[in-house]
Amino acid sequence: MTVLTIAGLTLREAVRRRVVWALAVLTLALLGLSGWGFSKLAGLDTEFGDLTSGQARLVASQLLNLVMFGLSLIAALGTAFLAGPTVSGEVESGMALSVLARPVRRSEVLLGKWLGLVVFGSAYVAVAGLAQFAVVHWAVGYWPPDPATGLAFLAGQTIVLLTLALLLSSLISPMASGVVAVGLFGATWVAGVVGGVGQALGNDAVTQVGTVSQVLLPTDGLWRGAMHAFQDPAVLSFFETEAAGFPFLSENPLSAAYVLWAVAWVAMVWGLTALLFARRDV
Amino acid sequence: MGSASPTAAELVAGLPVSPAVWCSGLRKRYRRRTAVDGVSFTVGRGEVVGLLGPNGAGKTSVIKMLLGLVRPDAGEVMLLGAPNREPRSRQRVGYLPELFRYQPWLTAAEVLALHARLARVPLTDADSRERLGVVGLGGRDGDRVGGFSKGMQQRLGLAVALVGHPELVVLDEPTSAMDPLGRADVRDLVLQLRERGVAVLLNSHLIGEVERVCDRVVILDSGRVAASGTLAELLGRHEVRLHLTGVDGRAEARMRAAGALTREADRFTVVLPGDEDDGTVPRLVADLVDLGVAVHAVEPARISLEERLLGILRDSSGEGPR
Repeated sequence: MTVLTIAGLTLREAVRRRVVWALAVLTLALLGLSGWGFSKLAGLDTEFGDLTSGQARLVASQLLNLVMFGLSLIAALGTAFLAGPTVSGEVESGMALSVLARPVRRSEVLLGKWLGLVVFGSAYVAVAGLAQFAVVHWAVGYWPPDPATGLAFLAGQTIVLLTLALLLSSLISPMASGVVAVGLFGATWVAGVVGGVGQALGNDAVTQVGTVSQVLLPTDGLWRGAMHAFQDPAVLSFFETEAAGFPFLSENPLSAAYVLWAVAWVAMVWGLTALLFARRDV
Repeated sequence: MGSASPTAAELVAGLPVSPAVWCSGLRKRYRRRTAVDGVSFTVGRGEVVGLLGPNGAGKTSVIKMLLGLVRPDAGEVMLLGAPNREPRSRQRVGYLPELFRYQPWLTAAEVLALHARLARVPLTDADSRERLGVVGLGGRDGDRVGGFSKGMQQRLGLAVALVGHPELVVLDEPTSAMDPLGRADVRDLVLQLRERGVAVLLNSHLIGEVERVCDRVVILDSGRVAASGTLAELLGRHEVRLHLTGVDGRAEARMRAAGALTREADRFTVVLPGDEDDGTVPRLVADLVDLGVAVHAVEPARISLEERLLGILRDSSGEGPR
C-alpha cells in the first residue's frame, strides 16, 4: 500500500514537474531528425556508388544503434536527475519529515520511489524505442531482430543508473548525485569503448579495462546487449575483424550470468541504499 | 473447574492507560556536541504539554527522536503505548514539523489525501474540505501548494497533522510563519484538541501562548530537562506587595505567618504558598489594619512563565537569579 502510494507520487511528480514533457520534446526532436536522416539513406550516392536497399538496411542497423544510444542517454539523464533529488533533496527541504513521521517503514518509502522511477524509465524506453523502430522501418524498411530483448536491456541500463543515483542521493547532495551518476555512466561507456579497442588490438590489459568497468557498473554491458539485439546479424560478417573496435557494434549477446549479475548488482545497491536511509537522521 | 484465567484483553483492560508520550534517558550527540542528554518526560492522554527552552536547547531533536526521525544514541520512547521503533506507534500521531514543506506540485486536497493513505485512514472530499476550512484554507483545496505563502503552507501543515483523528499531535513551532490572526487560530485549535481529549506536545517560543494553553511545561536547557511540572507547580508562587507604615514586631510576625517576607524600607513582599485561598490576602490586610498598620497599597502579583523560564535558565547556567 505505502509502496504503491509513494510510487504513484513519484510518477505524478515526473508528470507535474514537466519531466515527461521535457523528455517528450527531446525525443520528438531525435525522432524527427533521425527520420529525416534515415529517409536519405536509400539511394544515397557515395564514393562507392549508390547504396542498394540491402546496404542501406545494413547502414541503418548501425545508425539505429547510434540513435538508440542518444535515446538511452536521454533516459539516463532524465531518470538520474529525477532520482538524484529524491532522498537528500527531500530531507534537506523538510518534505521527508511529515511523510516519514507517518506509520511507514523507510524501506517501503524507498521501494516506492525506486518502483516509480523504474516504471517511468522503462515506460519511456519502451515508448520512445518503439517509436524509433517505427521511424526506421518507415524510412528504410529495417526492423531489429530482437526488439523486446534490446528494449529490456536498455530499460535495465536505465534501472541500474537510477538505482545508483538513489544510492548517491542518500550519501551526497542532490545535484552532486545526479552529476556523479551521469559522469560514471559516461566513464563506463568510454571504458567499454577502450576495452573494445583493446580486443581489436589483441591487448588483454586494455580489454580488461572494459570488462572490469562493465562488472563494476553494468550500464555499458547492458547497452552492448541491447545493441546486439538491435543490429542486423549480417553486419558482423560485413565488418569482420574491425567490428570489435567499433563503439556502436556488439559482437556477442549478453550471457545469462552477466544478466544475473546485473540483477544482483541492482539488488545489492538497493539494499545498501535502504540500510543507509534507515539509519539516516532526517 | 475454578474461575477461568483472564484473557489478554482483560489483563490489558485492567492496566492504567499508557501515556501518549513516554520517553526515558534520551541522549543524542552530533559529532562532539551533545544535543540531548538524558531527557525523560511523559505526556498524558489528553494533556497539553509545552516544550520550552532557548535556541539549541535540543527541543526539535527531542521531538524528532520521539517520532523516529532521528536515532537516539540512548534512551527509549513509547508513543500511545507502543515502542516508537514500530511504525504502528505513529498510526494515530499528527506532526507539524518546524521545517514544514509539502509537495509543491500537489494541490492542498491531494496533500491531505496522500497523508490519509500513508496513515491508512479514509478521507472523503468533504472531510478534506472541512479540515482545510478549520485551518483557514477553505476554498483553496484545488490550489497547488507551490503557490501558497509560508503562512498558508504552515496552515496546511496543521491540517495534515490533524488527518486521521490523531490521539497525539506534535506541533513544532506551529506559528512561526503566521500572522497574529493565525496565532490565535492555532491557540483555539489546541484548546479544541484538548477538549476532544487529544494530547498535544507543543514546542513554541511564544511563551504567552504556551502559558495560555498548556497543562504542563517541560523546560529544556543545554539538552537536559531544567524543570518540569504543571503551571501551578512552576508558577505557584503568588506574591503580594504591600506599602505599609507603622509596622511593629506583631505586624511583621503576622506577615511572616502568611508567607516568606522580604522588606525594603516601607515596601514589604509576602510570597504566599501555592495552597492559599481567595481570602488569604483580605484577612492579612484586615489583621494588619487591626494591628494599627497604615496600609497605603496592596498589589497582588503572580510570576509569569516568562520570568520563571528566565529564572530557571539563569540558575541552570550558573548565573544565579538577577
